[in-house]
Order: sequence, then C-alpha cells, then structure tokens
Amino acid sequence: MTWYLRGKTAVVGAATAHLGEAPGWSHMEIAAASARAALADAGLTLKDVDGLFAVSMHAVFPALTYGEYLGIQPRFSEATIVGGSSAVIQMLHAALALENGLCDVALIVYGSNQRSAAGKLHSPSGGENLPYEKPYRLRSPIAGYAMSAARHMHDYGTSREQLAEVAVAARMWAAMNPEAFMRDPLTAEDVLGSRMVCDPLTVRDCCLVTDGGGAIVMTRADRARDLRKDPVYLLGCAGGHTHRQYSMMPDLTTTAAVQSGRTAFAMAGLTPAEVDVVQVYDAFTINAVMLLEDLGFCPKGEGGAFVGDGRLRPGGDLPFNTYGGGLSCTHPGMLGIFTTIEAVRQLRGECGERQVKGATVGLAHGNGGMFAHESTALLGTAATL
Amino acid sequence: MTVADAPDQGPDATYFAYLAAKDWRIPKCRGCGAHVFQPRIMCPACGGEAFDWVVPSGAGTVHSTTVVRRRSADGGDYNVALVDLAEGVRIMSRVEGVDPAAVRIGMPVAARLADQDGDTIVVFDPAGGDGR
Repeated sequence: MTWYLRGKTAVVGAATAHLGEAPGWSHMEIAAASARAALADAGLTLKDVDGLFAVSMHAVFPALTYGEYLGIQPRFSEATIVGGSSAVIQMLHAALALENGLCDVALIVYGSNQRSAAGKLHSPSGGENLPYEKPYRLRSPIAGYAMSAARHMHDYGTSREQLAEVAVAARMWAAMNPEAFMRDPLTAEDVLGSRMVCDPLTVRDCCLVTDGGGAIVMTRADRARDLRKDPVYLLGCAGGHTHRQYSMMPDLTTTAAVQSGRTAFAMAGLTPAEVDVVQVYDAFTINAVMLLEDLGFCPKGEGGAFVGDGRLRPGGDLPFNTYGGGLSCTHPGMLGIFTTIEAVRQLRGECGERQVKGATVGLAHGNGGMFAHESTALLGTAATL
Repeated sequence: MTVADAPDQGPDATYFAYLAAKDWRIPKCRGCGAHVFQPRIMCPACGGEAFDWVVPSGAGTVHSTTVVRRRSADGGDYNVALVDLAEGVRIMSRVEGVDPAAVRIGMPVAARLADQDGDTIVVFDPAGGDGR
C-alpha cells in the first residue's frame, strides 16, 4: 500500500525546559516554558497554535489544563494517554490532523515536576484499582520490567553485564550533554554493585526521576520550509499495545514494538540499517535489549550480545540515546517527547560535542506502561524526501 | 443462594465472591472449553458468553519472578511472580515458604488460599515435580 503521510508534515520546533530539578515550578509552568521555547525555536508564537496535543502525569484533562494555562482555544485537541509512549504517537495524530486541515500548527507539550513535587515516581494511574494485581504489591513499573528481564535472561542467556553496558553507554553520551542530569563516569561494576531494587535490576538499571518538560511544533511540509529552522520531516509513525496490567502481557520478552516498528519502517520506506541515530525510551536497561530486537535491529534473543559489545557507546556502530536517555539525562515521568527532541536536534546538527556527523535519518521510540504501548517514529532531513 | 446464581452480577464480582467464600474458581468457556483469566464477559478465544466456574487444579509453574527489595524495617524483601496454571492461564501472585530470591523460573508450585488484610488471596508454595 501507499503511505500518503510520508514527508507530508514536519517538526519545525523542539525544545526542553527545566530539566533536572525545578523546585518551585509547577507542571503547568514547566510545560508552558517548553511550549514557549519550542515555538521560539520555530519562529512562531502561541497565537499561531490551533492544534494542541497534551499528555500529563498530573492533570486528568491535560489538553484542557494546558490549553487554559497557555490561553489558547485550539480548533483541534487531543490527549491520548498511553503512558510514556504518548508524545511519540501524538506525532501521528498531529500529522493526520494537519494533513486533513483540522489544524495548521500543532503543539505537542509535556511537563512534570515529579522529582520536586512528589520526591518519587508519580503515576497518573497510581490510584487505579487493579484488583487482580493489587494484593501482590507489584512495585510499578520496575517489577514488571524486572520480570521481563528475568525471563529474557532465562530464555536467551542475556546477562546482567550486558544490561549494565546499556547504562554505561548512556552515561558516556550524557557526559557530552550539558542538559544531562548525571554526567559522572559510570562503570559496569558500578551498575552491578548498586543497590538491588527488583532483581535482576539495580538502581543504575533504572531511569532517573527528574523534573522537566518538552515540546515540539509540527506543520505541513509546505509551511515548514518557510520557517526558521530546517524542517525535520515525519517519514513514518505507528503504535501498538498488548495489555494494561503486566500480568496480561502475552509474551514477557516481545512487545508491540514489533508492530509499531514494522509499520513505521514501511511507511517511511526504510530499514533499520538506514537509521543514523536511534533514540529509544530507556526506562530500564532491559528496554534497549528488547526494543532493539523488536524494532528489527537484531534478531529476537540476540539483544543482549548486540548491546553488550559497546556498539551503543559514542563512536560505536549504533548511536543510541545520544543525549544520555532516561538513564542519565532526564526522566520526568514520561520520556516520549525527549526521544523525538533529541532525534530532531541530531538531524539538525545542533548537538555539539555529541553530534553524529551527517545524520539524516533518526528513530524515536516511545514505551508506555510496563512494555504495554509502543510507538515508533522515523524522522528525516530534506535529503530523505 | 450460591455465588454462581447470584442475580445480576458480572464475572469480576463472581470471582471475588467465590474467593471470599474460600472457594477459588475460574471461568471456563462452554463454547470452546478455554479457561479464561482474568474473567471476562466474553471469551477472548471464541466470543462465547457462557461459562462454568471450575476449581483449578492448583498446579502451576513459575513463568517469571522478581524480588522486591525492601528495608527490613518496612517488612523486608518479598516475591512477586507470574504463575502459569495447568489450565493454561497466567496469574500474578507470589511464592511463599521459600526465600524470595530462591524462586526460579520453571519452578513447580501449588496454589493455596491465604488471608491478607481481611481478603482471601491466592498464593503459591513450592511443589513436587508434578506441581502438587
């Protein structure tokens, strides 16, 4: 089939705000600061925004909350909540709305003060009654990822050392990113020797808990070419989900990224070998292993060996989470939008010391719940059209 | 009146009513014979809407496991496991009667009903080779 959305829309603005610790700032202020910065990046203002795509850990009605705060009354609004995957799949929804004339300037916005406000991971579904799982006190979300890691190790011989390498590589990239929260050197021994949280994952197999926000602005491709920065075109985008409760995951070591990746690559007319920079939601080190398998970068079961040989490090074969990811840069509750922001920055050549030279195709991948929702976006420079 | 013929109640309420009566049962589809867990108003396999509530054998196998690490002052470490029942469905639970870190994938386990905060819940103990 023909995928008519390929290259029809583009990211024209991308920005972060208040990454790290932002005591004294509300999630709305952080989200709004991100929106302001992304619009300035595009050379647009809030008056231009007529499509709002919002997601939040804090607001029950994110589009209403952020729309009100920003003082806009959009023609088209959307607030898909599929966990940390949301902001990536919202690019598909934005592209559909833009291409059908339902809006002309789409703002995707996210902000959280979970580190400063709650002091721990904040979950919008924390109060949801899940009676079949609640008696067993599943520590969400880490215990789910831990059981997938345990099963992957059991089935495929994946080792804790291979998982630790994901965290080590992330820290090496973070060392080159002024925005990153943790930039000190990290060794595999540090990861393995850290406090065990849920076996087999230690605290250094886990993402950070930070404050922060991010936003991106999208328009149709014709308008994108007249704006301030070089457009980064949306070449493909797709999602999928397999469960809500972790115990209902059909296969603990295979995710809906198989489906989202297959469709996104088909839409883009690309293969994994053609991707220059890969930004995958690394809530835990096991994410890199399983999602790279599911996205087709290596066969199922070989992810441990694939990531374990240093290829994710700066200078390796597969530039991966080049901002330091959720493990070392930032993780304000939902990482989805930050995977896209880094892909955009790499494709624009804005990444300074950590820039991957000549990058023209980037992949951004979001993950929501406990390997529940997966969303994949392929982005490209004008050279890819 | 029994749990099963209680008027106008969904399968969730039926499941927990059986458990509260210390009678663990799961629905089995009359259409295709599949055991269904978690309970549904429609069989995920065939769409059937009629179920018999059957007593599982209690035999299971640990599909995956983790130790949730916790300070001893807060109650210490505990196990969370996914158990594949002999009936072909998977349930979240925990394995007791053994060090949480000694629970292994593939370990045969046997179900037992336990009281927790006034509720009856299903937990598992290590079992012999046949899962009993």
